[in-house]
Amino acid sequence: MSYFGNISVAAKTTWKGMLLSIRYFFQARKRRKKEWIGEDNYFNKANGTFTVQYPHEQIPIPDHGRYQLHNEIDDCIVCDKCAKICPVDCIDIEPVRSPEVFGQTSDGTPLRIHAAKFDIDMSKCCFCGLCTVVCPTECLTMTKEFDFTTTDILDHNFSFSKMTETEIAEKKQEFEEYQEAKLKAKPELPAIKKEVDVMKKPTSKPVFKPRIPKKK
Amino acid sequence: MISFVFYLAFLLIFVVFAVYAERKTAAFIQNRLGPMEVGPKGILQTIADLLKMLQKEDIRADAVDLIPFLVAPFIVFAAVFTGYSVLPINEVVGGSGISAGVFFLLAVVSLDVLGILMAGWASNNKYSLYGAMRSVAQIVSYEVPLGISVLCVVIISGTLDLSQMSANQSHGLLSWHIVNHPVLIIPFIIFFIASLAESNRTPFDLPESESELIGGYSTEYSGFRWGMFMLAEYGMMLLLSILGAVMFFGGWSSPIDDFGTGPIWGSIWLLSKALILIFVQMWVRWTLPRLRVDQLMSLSWKYLTPLSIVMLFICALWKLWIIS
Repeated sequence: MSYFGNISVAAKTTWKGMLLSIRYFFQARKRRKKEWIGEDNYFNKANGTFTVQYPHEQIPIPDHGRYQLHNEIDDCIVCDKCAKICPVDCIDIEPVRSPEVFGQTSDGTPLRIHAAKFDIDMSKCCFCGLCTVVCPTECLTMTKEFDFTTTDILDHNFSFSKMTETEIAEKKQEFEEYQEAKLKAKPELPAIKKEVDVMKKPTSKPVFKPRIPKKK
Repeated sequence: MISFVFYLAFLLIFVVFAVYAERKTAAFIQNRLGPMEVGPKGILQTIADLLKMLQKEDIRADAVDLIPFLVAPFIVFAAVFTGYSVLPINEVVGGSGISAGVFFLLAVVSLDVLGILMAGWASNNKYSLYGAMRSVAQIVSYEVPLGISVLCVVIISGTLDLSQMSANQSHGLLSWHIVNHPVLIIPFIIFFIASLAESNRTPFDLPESESELIGGYSTEYSGFRWGMFMLAEYGMMLLLSILGAVMFFGGWSSPIDDFGTGPIWGSIWLLSKALILIFVQMWVRWTLPRLRVDQLMSLSWKYLTPLSIVMLFICALWKLWIIS
């Protein structure tokens, strides 16, 4: 390139760049609106400042966001399905059986088991959503709440049970008395297996043989 | 004396708000918001930063050459601040009455390269030394077009005294040098580019390029001594902007002939002209990328210097045939 060609290219490109940046400078009077990603013009916002000052404001999240888990404990029948399906075992349930039906959930399912403990450890949770799928009464849901930062990791263990220590002890006592009364009423019958026996694993393991496709 | 007190106070306040303005300008050009947390719209951010900086430990590494290391920031700042002594504020306070005002200013301001070299050399750190060497090479090269473009103005106005130069332009917008003598437009552009290089501003910030030299000559400094370098850099920006305003845009004179005269208006006009030039410096900083060393040298020696010599010749002809 010639000497004067260099000068003219330099002047032109500098001028163009300067105009571009001053245009952005004056566009900064405008700000991006708080629109969520589903809106049509979400990606057409080249003009104006783009920053979202997060703790003070945030982009709206749809109501069906898949973030923090919530359990509506009054509707929970403590079926333990969520704890069983959880791939990372973050749900911890302690059931206490009740001698009779003590209530109904909002969809009419009878309540037979008290939830002495219903803990979800959100620091273990992998947000797969399987627990919400298996929940028969749809009491376990994922909410749009995502900012549950804590300074102590133990605070990530959310407890949903409403029962107090004395209530739990009372209900346990009640059930034990009921069992004893039942035994006394029918002494000729063989004793009901204790809970421990029921929970025991079968001695012989079922054998699975993987099928190996034969080579041809 | 009044000039000294005025400029020292103004410089200190200016630096606090210029850093804020710089960050906001950068943010707006880049679609961001910049500092927003401290004070309304983040206006106290620099004060918070300043308090933090002053509390920092004054670190002196084992291998540094202690005396030059400690003295260097003060030499840099003193050299820059001495330049303010000849600047006029308004028609009453004309600065120091040195008849060779501009010449003195340019001579004294180039001394700050000595402080930068001291800082880089005494730091005993290869990045600092690179930065210092680049700074010396750059300032020595750009002194030439800067000096010649100033000489163009001196030829036209016929004086080296800055307050006399401002007085010559005090009859409204049409008497300003750049309007009255359009031949000075190209010397002004050369002066502006060279002043960017003199004050180590982007696109000529090779001496302290953060991304490759981690701060250049100021790498080993911390706390107040580092703050002195920062103060000197912004002081240099302001000094050369005021010089540009005095030489090309009429100094303390008002753009309308009889409106806004008097000492207070005079200082307002002068400083607002200088602040507009500083905004342009910031605007350039956030637009243009940094030059390579060879591009820097070729811009100075192959383009600006020959062009400024040609302009010097043209200005001399303008003075001979048009003015007289």
